[in-house]
This record gives sequence, C-alpha cells and structure tokens, in this order.
Amino acid sequence: MIRYIRRAAGFCLLLLVALLANAARVQIFEADELNSNAANRRTTIDRYDRPRGNILVGGDPVTGSRDTGEQLAYERTYRHGPMYAPVTGYASQTYGTTLLENAEDGILSGTDPILAPLPLWGDVTRSRQPGGDVVTTIDASAQRAAYEGLDGRRGAVAALEPATGRILALVSSPSYDPEVLSGTGSSVTDAWVRLNGAPSQPLLNRALRETYPPGSTFKIVTAAAALDARVVTDPEAGTDTPSPYILPGTSTVLPDEARGCRKASLAEAIRVSCNTVMAHLGVEVGLEGMLETVGRFGFNDNDLKIPSRVARSNFDSEMTDDQLALSSIGQFDTAATPLQMAMVASAVANGGELMRPRLVDRVTTDDGDTVRQEGNESYHRAMNPTTAQQLQRMMVDVVENGTGTNGAVDGVTVGGKTGTAQHGVGNSGIPYAWFISWAQAPDSGRPAVAVAVVVEDASADRADVSGGGDAAPIARAVMEAALED
Amino acid sequence: MTATTADARPPELRLPKRRGVELSLLIGAVFISVYGYAAVGLARNDAVPPDVAGYGAGLGLLALLAHLAVRFRAPFADPLLLPIAVLLNGLGLVLIYRLDLETPRNQAATTQLIWSTLGVAFFIAVVVVLRDHRVLQRYAYLSVAVALVLLIVPIFFPAVNGAKIWIRIGGLSFQPGEFAKILLAVFFAAYLAANRNALAYTGRRVWKLQLPTGRVLGPIVAIWLFSVGVLVLERDLGTSLLFFGLFVILLYVATGRTGWIAVGLLLAAAGAFVVGSFEPHVHSRVEDWLNPYATIEAGQGPSQLAQSLFAFAAGGLFGTGLGLGHSILIGFAAKSDFILATAGEELGLAGLTAVFMLYALLVARGFRAGLALRDPFGRLLSIGLASILALQVFVIAGGVMGLIPLTGMPMPFLAQGGSSVVTNWIIVALLIRVSDVARTPDPDAVAAAREEP
Repeated sequence: MIRYIRRAAGFCLLLLVALLANAARVQIFEADELNSNAANRRTTIDRYDRPRGNILVGGDPVTGSRDTGEQLAYERTYRHGPMYAPVTGYASQTYGTTLLENAEDGILSGTDPILAPLPLWGDVTRSRQPGGDVVTTIDASAQRAAYEGLDGRRGAVAALEPATGRILALVSSPSYDPEVLSGTGSSVTDAWVRLNGAPSQPLLNRALRETYPPGSTFKIVTAAAALDARVVTDPEAGTDTPSPYILPGTSTVLPDEARGCRKASLAEAIRVSCNTVMAHLGVEVGLEGMLETVGRFGFNDNDLKIPSRVARSNFDSEMTDDQLALSSIGQFDTAATPLQMAMVASAVANGGELMRPRLVDRVTTDDGDTVRQEGNESYHRAMNPTTAQQLQRMMVDVVENGTGTNGAVDGVTVGGKTGTAQHGVGNSGIPYAWFISWAQAPDSGRPAVAVAVVVEDASADRADVSGGGDAAPIARAVMEAALED
Repeated sequence: MTATTADARPPELRLPKRRGVELSLLIGAVFISVYGYAAVGLARNDAVPPDVAGYGAGLGLLALLAHLAVRFRAPFADPLLLPIAVLLNGLGLVLIYRLDLETPRNQAATTQLIWSTLGVAFFIAVVVVLRDHRVLQRYAYLSVAVALVLLIVPIFFPAVNGAKIWIRIGGLSFQPGEFAKILLAVFFAAYLAANRNALAYTGRRVWKLQLPTGRVLGPIVAIWLFSVGVLVLERDLGTSLLFFGLFVILLYVATGRTGWIAVGLLLAAAGAFVVGSFEPHVHSRVEDWLNPYATIEAGQGPSQLAQSLFAFAAGGLFGTGLGLGHSILIGFAAKSDFILATAGEELGLAGLTAVFMLYALLVARGFRAGLALRDPFGRLLSIGLASILALQVFVIAGGVMGLIPLTGMPMPFLAQGGSSVVTNWIIVALLIRVSDVARTPDPDAVAAAREEP
C-alpha cells in the first residue's frame, strides 16, 4: 500500500507543478499582453488615480482636476472652457483626449519619463510622477478679445507673434465647454451626442482643422510670388492687365468689384483688391513658381504640428491656366486654415522669415521646474526681405487708404488685407469674411502680432459682407490686446 | 511526497512531540496575518486599522486554544498542520477584509471571523472528543447515509448563481456538500479498508483488469455514482469532480490496480464530455475556458475569467501590494470563488507560490501521516482527506487561472464561506488526530504492522 500512497502523493505533486507552471504563464509570460488588453480597466484606473497636470495661460491654469471619489477618481475641470477649448481640447474618461490634452498627454498624465528625477530608475520601479504642467504661448487678453469679438458667430481667429512663431490666440466659434465631456456616464454621452449632432459643429476647431477659400487675402501670397519671381519689379508701376480679364483658354470673364483696376499697379491692386491684376500675375508667375511660393508659406504641408496637427492648406499642383488664375485670387480649390493665413501675415511682418508656429512655451514638473523649453524655429524663408518690405508698405496702405480701414489702431503701424470668399453651389452661400493683418508699435523694432480672422456667417445681408466690415474689427481688438502687453 | 525508504514497514522512530515548534510557528502565522491586516490599512487609509489589536488578539486566542487542545489531547501530532491552517485562515480574513473595503454594502470579514471561530471550536471538539480515528470506522454506514441526505437536501432549495448547493434557513445559508466530503471520505476509507483484498484479488479477469465481484464493488460504485449524479443535477461540477478524484485515488491506493485509474479517467472524460456538451450551465463554463476573451471580442466586456486573468497578470512577479490592486473588477464572486485572484494580484507570483506551498505542505503532511500509520483505514482516511485538499486547490486554482474549466468551489480556508471554513478545520482536526496516532511511539502497533503483508 505504501508504494501506491507514494504514487498518489506524486500525482498531487504533479498537480502542484501544473499550478505553478500555469501561474508563471499567466503572471510572467502572458502578463504584458493581458495588461495591455483594451478591456482591462486597470490601465484606465491607474491613469485617473491622481490629478492631471495643468495647461497654463499667462501663468494661470485654465484646467483643473476634481476628485470624484469614483473608480476613475480624477475628472478634468476647465476654467473659461469654451474660450480655451480650441487650445486645450478635452480630456475625457469616455472619449479620450484631443489637441494639447492629447499632444502633451504624457506630461499631463505623468507618464512621460522626462518628468522622472532619475529616468532609468523610474523605468525599473514603474512608478509614475505627478502630472506636469504645460505652459502655453497664448496671450490671455488677445484670446479674450478674439473670443468676444466673434461673439458666438461661426468663425475663427489665429494670432501669432511674427518674430517667434508663438501663437497668441487661437479661437474657434461657436465653441463648447470641454468639462461636459470629462467624466463617464449618461450626462457625458448625452453631451457627446448633442455636440456631435449640433449643426454649428462646436467640436470643430475652425482655427486649425477647417480650411476655407481664402479669397482676396490670398493675393498677398500671389504678390509675394510675383515680386520674388521679378514678374513685377516696381509695385507702383502699371501692369498690362485688361479689365475685365478673360481667363486664359476660356471665354469666361473675370470681373472686378473694385474700380480702376484696368492696367493698375500691384500696389493699387492690393489696396482696392483687384481680381484681374492678381489673377493675371498668378498666370504670369506660372504654376511652378506659384507652387514654390505657396509651399514656403506652408500650403500643401501635411505634417504641420503646433504640436496638435494642423489641417493641410491646399493649392492644387495640377491646373490649367484658367484654374491657376482663379486659384491666385484665393478661389477655385485654394483653401487655407485661419492659422495658415495668420502665417502669411506673419511672414510679411517678419521681413519674409516665417517662424514655425507653436502653442507650447515650456513644460514643467508639478512643482514648476522646467523640463523642456521650446525654442523659436524658422519654418521657411517665405520671401525675399525686399519683397517683404514692399508688401508691408502695400498692406499698410490697405489699412490707411484701402479696404481695411476698420483694422486701424491709433498710433500703431498696421498692415492688413481683406477678403470676401464666395462659396457654395454657384457661390450661393453667404460669403466668408476674411481679414489678415499685423501690427507694430512705433517704439518697437519688430511687429507685435499677426492675425487672421474669418467670419463664416456674417450677420449682415450678403451685399454688405466684407472682410473690412465683419472681420477687421475683431482683428483690431486682438491686435490692441496683444500690443498692450 | 517525501520519498525516504523503500516500500517497507513504517520507521521505528521515537519522535519528539514538537509542541514548542508548533507554538512558535503559530506565533509566526498570527504575526504574518496581523502584519497583512495592518498593511491593507496602511495602503488604503495611511493608517493601521483601528481594530488590528482586536483582530490579532482574536486570531491569537483561536490559535492558542487550538494549540492547547493539541498539546493536551494529541501531543505527538504533526506540528506543521495547525500553523498552516491558522496562517491560511488568517490570510483569508485579511483578503476578505481588504475586499470589504471596496464593497461597503457587503461586509463579510466579521461573518467569516465568526465562522472561523466556529471552525476552530469544531477543531477542538474533534481533537478532544475523538481519541482514536479508528472509532470512525464503526460509523461508516451512518456517515454515508448522512452524506447522501446532505447531498440531496439542496435540491429542494432554490438555486443560487446557477447552482443548487445551498440550504437557506432563516438568514443562515450553508453548503451541505462541504460536510458530505468528510463523511464520504470516511465511508470510502472504511469500506475500501474492509474490502480491499476482495477488490484486488477476486472476480473475473478481463484483459489486464481484475474485475472484482459485483457484490463487493457494487455498493460503493452505486453510492459514488449516486453522489456524482446528484451533484451534476445540482450543477456542482467542482464537487462532483472532487468526489470522482477522491474515489479513484482511494480505490487505487487500496487495491494498487493501475487499471482503475485508466477506467476512472475514461469515465471522467466521457462524463465531462457529455455534461460539458449538453448541460448549458457547464457548457458555458467550458466555452469561457476555451476562449476567455470571447465576450470582449463580442463587445460585452470581459468575463469574470478574463477579469481574473487580468488580475493575475497585473500582479506580475511581486504583486501590487496588499490593498493596492483592483481585483474588485472581478465582480460578485471576488471574495469566494475568485479570492485567489486577489492574492495573485496583490502578492504576485511570489506570494501565490508561497500560498500554493502552504497547501502543498498541508497535503504532504497528510500523506506523511498516511505513510506512518499502521491501519489501512487510517491510511486511506488521511490520504483521502489530503487528496480532498489537493484536488480542491487544484480545481479552483486551475479554474480561476484558466488551466481547466471553471467550477465554483471555495479555496480552502481563504475563501469566504462558512461551511467551507468549518469543514476544512474539521479536516485539519482529523489530520491532527491521525498524525498523532502515526507519530505516537507504540511498540504494540509497530509489532502489529510487522505482521501486515
């Protein structure tokens, strides 16, 4: 009997070995796979078990965290949520993160190894640091001026500091309060459904992610191309443009809404916004020259990040001359984000040097030690310095004597360009009102701000819609706010 | 498990009593439990739980009383059995207390402590009252009668979570199947001890199998089939598997016929296939086991088994630390069937291995007592009791870790469940009793063993 008892004991030993081997399988060999399973809530619970770092504007957080005492403990709160939503995005326990909340998630959630005092040790212990803070380049007063200027109308504002590329304002309207998406549960899913279903598309970041036909504001780009290509050598000299202008290879007549465009000079064409002159100049520069210039301004760039991705602004690379003519005045398939058009104004103001736009100034630990400082970086030299100087004069002329007088700021040099972009089937929609501009204080060696404003649903009736009337006052308010600092 | 000598007569050692060893091990077991209890509080609330002294004193008192009973009534008993039981029970209380923190509306630790006290009371009673395990042999048929009644009764009570294994009277509920385990082990041991020669050497020979006469084999097979049938009817697959394993192991040890194992395995495979294919409750368990992540793929969220596997994986090698895991995600059975997942998550593979080793030691000590005993009944009884523990640990641990299909059974001593704790304390008491007999230097018994073939 003893032999059989020993064998039975051996059988039990076998069971034990099987258990231990299986435990090692689950806890060691398959652990990584199980831990990263999307249905495993542990990652999520860990993620929310401490307050998230904050996004700062002008030294003050525009975000916060609230301990709900639930399984996913900390939920995001926002101060002035709708105003800063195009900057922060949302950090939702249900719908994930967007914009800065997304781009800097590693810092804000504390998982970025850069936050660890001893990075390698952090890897070993798998410990997490408290969430770090993200200091933005946003100027609170410029942001407020832009937000209040749009006043709930559909549209967007982007403002840059030309010499550095720092984004001073980024507003999309109508907006939403990201806080309504923070947590979990039916109130969040209801808000999500409501926001996504709203015809005004409040979740759309119009400043970064929506492209509009830029209309006449695009003429600055065409002018830069013409001057750089020496198609025009003297902006004050008359051109040989007929008015009306018949699009090359077609019998389509391109009219002017402005007067006095026949054989007008480039400067005159910018001041009163002549379609014919600029369309003709675009054709004279040619598709290749136009593509090179628009590329240096940032068009057709799929990878622009600030650090959130910016939608690609478009200028077609294959076109017939008549299409090129229309594209050169910001029509046909030409489309630009408000940020892109702010970059155009910025390049002119900064002597032709276009700085890479950026939204983050620096990143700190939760107790304020800087762990990453963003530097100024050139994006492209968009045009020759002489060309930039000539365009600056022309844009100042627009504000002082042309279509952009509503953008003038007392005692300050302001350059601008209006635009009224038609769209819709047969141009039936209410045109988009554009204004791009820059401002330089007289005692300052460099421009303070470059702005682009687009207003989609300008409230006046169609005949009165104009960049000068609807968009320029908003740009002026933003410039004044930026100049005060 | 500890191979020492060849198949020969039991060793003639004058074993020391080792009661001092038992006492120091008990102090260690209580200390570890109190430490774990304090660790949970520190991890969760940054403070030692206010009742840690009460918990320590309570567990210590239970351990001391049990120790005194052993010291005076079973002085030669194996000194490891009681400390292991106290440590496992203490650890179980810590885990249940820890899970209570997550479920404010369902507090179980206090109830479990009361049941543990009752369990220790039964332990003391068995050690004090039962002077010699051979007495039990006389009550073999009474045992089996009571066992069958206990097994049948839950049929008349409503099912809980798919299984009809509970009896509810007033606010109390208990699982009679748990007590039936011991009674059936007693009966199997007694019957096989009495008839083992007839089983091994009589009857016709078919191929390599020596078939015993129906008169000898019939009654026990009938009783066994009946119990398993009832359990299948009650959808208590775990316990039916346990009875099956117990029967096959004891039959093999009693007769030494390997053929019985083959027959047993064939029967088990056939039975499992039939039940697994046609019984919906069991069938879904098998499906879960084959693909624990099916519900995730179907968009219904993780199943309990998947959650359990997540918990074990989260523990990794060293665990998250007591109180710092998220095993509450497992859901309603986290304190009972799935309590091992909390151990796995918070103590890691290291802690889990330690827990398995404690069970292995308990089982090994049972087998050791069986080896050292002289009477066939005692041998079979201790092997049976040790096998119950081993099989139960394997079935439930294998189930919650995806090794075998899941069957709802309590982890001995760890899991929430009154009948289970009381039953396991009685099992340990019986092992204490047989080990005391096995280790008592008794010249007459040694002489008697020499005459045994």
